[in-house]
Amino acid sequence: MQFNQPAGDNLFDNARLIGRPTPRIDGPLKVSGQAPYAYERHDAAEGQLVGYPVVSTIAQGRITGMDTSAAEAAPGVIGVVTTLEVGEMPTPSGMHTAPLFGGAEVWHYHQAIAVVVAESFEQARAAAALVKVDYDVTKGSFDLEAVWQQKKDDNSEPVARVGDFETAYQAAEVTLDQEYRTPSHSHAMMEPHASIAEWQDGKLTVWTSNQMIEWGRQSLATTLEMDADDIRVDSPYIGGGFGAKLFLRADAVMAALAARKLQRAVKVMLPRPMVMNNTTHRASTIQRIRIGAQADGKITAIAHEAISHTLPGGSGEDAVDQTRKFYAGDNRLIVKHLAEMHLPEANAMRAPGEASGLMALEIAMDEMAEKLGMDPVEFRTVNDTQVDPENPDRTFSDRHFVECLRQGAEAFGWVSRNTTPGGMRDGQWLIGHGVAGAYRGGPATTSGARVRLQDTGRIIVETDMTDIGTGSYTILAQTVAETMGVDLDAVEVRLGDSDFPVSAGSGGQWGAASSTAGAYAACIALREQIAERLRVNDPETLSFANGAVNAGEKQVTLASLAADGELVAEDSISFGDFRDEQVVSTFAAHFVELGVHVGTGEIRLRRMLAACDAGRILNPVTARSQVIGGMVMGVGAAMMEEMAIDTGRGYFPAHDLAGYEVPVHMDIPSQEVIFLDTVDPASSPLKAKGVGELGLCGVAAAVANAVYNATGVRVRSYPMTLDKYLDQLPAV
Amino acid sequence: MSSPSKAFEPRRRTLLAGNTDLEPGAAQRTAAPVGPETTTITVTVNGTEQELTVDNRTTLLDALREHLQLTGTKKGCDHGQCGACTCTVNGARINSCLSLAVMHDGDAVQTIEGIGMPEALDPMQAAFVEHDGFQCGYCTPGQICSAKAVLEEIAAGVPSHVTGDLTTRIEATEAEIRERMSGNICRCGAYSNILAAITEVAEQQAQGDRA
Repeated sequence: MQFNQPAGDNLFDNARLIGRPTPRIDGPLKVSGQAPYAYERHDAAEGQLVGYPVVSTIAQGRITGMDTSAAEAAPGVIGVVTTLEVGEMPTPSGMHTAPLFGGAEVWHYHQAIAVVVAESFEQARAAAALVKVDYDVTKGSFDLEAVWQQKKDDNSEPVARVGDFETAYQAAEVTLDQEYRTPSHSHAMMEPHASIAEWQDGKLTVWTSNQMIEWGRQSLATTLEMDADDIRVDSPYIGGGFGAKLFLRADAVMAALAARKLQRAVKVMLPRPMVMNNTTHRASTIQRIRIGAQADGKITAIAHEAISHTLPGGSGEDAVDQTRKFYAGDNRLIVKHLAEMHLPEANAMRAPGEASGLMALEIAMDEMAEKLGMDPVEFRTVNDTQVDPENPDRTFSDRHFVECLRQGAEAFGWVSRNTTPGGMRDGQWLIGHGVAGAYRGGPATTSGARVRLQDTGRIIVETDMTDIGTGSYTILAQTVAETMGVDLDAVEVRLGDSDFPVSAGSGGQWGAASSTAGAYAACIALREQIAERLRVNDPETLSFANGAVNAGEKQVTLASLAADGELVAEDSISFGDFRDEQVVSTFAAHFVELGVHVGTGEIRLRRMLAACDAGRILNPVTARSQVIGGMVMGVGAAMMEEMAIDTGRGYFPAHDLAGYEVPVHMDIPSQEVIFLDTVDPASSPLKAKGVGELGLCGVAAAVANAVYNATGVRVRSYPMTLDKYLDQLPAV
Repeated sequence: MSSPSKAFEPRRRTLLAGNTDLEPGAAQRTAAPVGPETTTITVTVNGTEQELTVDNRTTLLDALREHLQLTGTKKGCDHGQCGACTCTVNGARINSCLSLAVMHDGDAVQTIEGIGMPEALDPMQAAFVEHDGFQCGYCTPGQICSAKAVLEEIAAGVPSHVTGDLTTRIEATEAEIRERMSGNICRCGAYSNILAAITEVAEQQAQGDRA
């Protein structure tokens, strides 16, 4: 199915199931521990051995020798695979920067350099500690601040330049020029990367935890230099990803190499302390923002410049991206710098670009509103745009950011906020209120599915789409049940297997809009097949309801149509260029109330509210969960999450869940989510967009602005730990 | 400000272990195990007595996941930092990754599989589904095991960091639940929904007590 023009009126406008709050259909399996995650597939292959990784203890250099003799002689050990014996392997894809395994070169700390395979985990772990490695260390550069000082004044190759920023900024009545810092972040999903690999007759099966099945399969083929058709990847349940599992990672490569060498199934889970340096992270940034405005609040000049680190050849963090589209202003300058460093691979984490960029931009907007003496809600409202500020002929498909601000402010009680920084007190607590805007693109991409009508009237939908906690199982069941006129429990959803049609996968918040459209396309193909069987020329004259199809006077049950064998239909949705001719995006406004202890400076959140505009909400239950989960991650970014860099050795020293702190129950207050009642016909046949990344965007800045509002102390470097503001708090 | 003085008293075992390094051939001797490498234990898991022969280094978590193939109990960090491996031993919740299996000879362990299955969910499991108290599901069994134990701890009058008055009955307030659940990380951020689920079960139990 081609999606070549905005959707007209269709069955989703009068839906029974789409848009209805629907508990997860995979819920009972998850709450009883019966949903099988990658490392738990005891049923998948006979005689599984356990591999334990050996990782480099330097950031950059070469391995000059490896002695595995003690490891190979250790009890229970079946074999060892080293990076030297394997030799250089291709980098898995254009989206990877560093190779995952193979060869003598060390690109980053904790790079996988061997896997020790034994009968048991305990044996493999003990033996892995016996591998001796000699290195020739190359001295690297790991200091982002130093590179920023060299590059910050170089605007010779801007990402975008509109009008004359410098002149307009000089002429502006009110100006702001500030720097902001965001640290590196770790996805820290609860399930570490894990894979089981088995070879049979030259064919490889990998049971793994991966958000993008086809990318994973192709990357395995590239890395192992084999035909992708000889590889199966299976990942029905994924213990969180947030971008960490977008790409093939070393666990799968090590399992595959070891299983091939030892002719046995091998399973490998990255031990938690290896995850943060071995895999990817969100790069830290330094950002400079300049805003010039008229006295009435209209922005006349805006510049956003940022630097982030990346391995040579990588693209770093696009922290400036949202500033190109979010607010109006005739004169604009956007600059992105890269600092090439041999830190572990910087790559995508939830809302790549916007998450870091809005952490800075939305503090800047707050500071600017204060300079103007304006309500920060009003300042944002005044600078809304309905066209692409870099190309005013290009419009937004459906943008209701102002309505997010308005509805959010009303529901939050913004009018009763503290308006004097440091001026509201409740006992020992200084009370602050903060707001921030959120912007995140609403992409969609080709997605396929297969539907199989059974002689029981049940419908099975198969697609390599994944559910990383987002609710894909449920929204796909809703889509199929809606389109085929059956009950929700008449649909069985099978996901994450590369034997199924290729889908959009889970990433970039494109999954929900794309994969439901793909399932819809497959259902339409099935409806056409049914029309043929019924000798009806126009399938659109058929109506599907209550497990039956009505053709004029005639009614036939779906079960009877499959009495002689299942009906199978397959199709995919592909999105035409018209979609990209507009700006398809999602918007939100976040509101936070918190207290800062007058004596200790401790920050305690009191309540949070998000108002979101993301087109049709397919399932308010799972969509709300996505948003509150993003808000939690935003609290982490504001208050505690930091992959501090050892600038001497070039690694992240706090690389487990004790050193890298994420929010816990006690950190999170009551949360409210409002979804605007909007639809975006340009986005998909279901008129839906994603929310999974939107929920994170802007949250940290709303917290930061509330801390300023509570205390009068402006912190421009995340996370807002006590060392950055305690000494500036008002005297007790 | 000076820190409290604490006399350093080297323990005898520390000294002995250190001294062995000075003896010729010590490396070879320390590499060899000093006793049997495996131990046979009897553990009652979800009401069924199990005899297991485990590597002495095997955690209770891996005994459950790898030996008994009860994979509902999750390995998130293996270092007691995340709570995904929470189960109960003799009625008390523990991080099963921080406990060796050989320490549990004769103990009674309950895991998520013993709490309820999809066709017959425990009220806490059903409340998690109803309130969407999870997303990816990986921390969920640990959250549920913890949640059930939290309500039992409150009912038993075990105080927490946020308990104010220790002389009166402790209520299952939001603060008490949040504080006691803070050892169970949910990176998907379902905390508000988990709180709603636990609160509902606490209210059901309170009504049951009154009835």
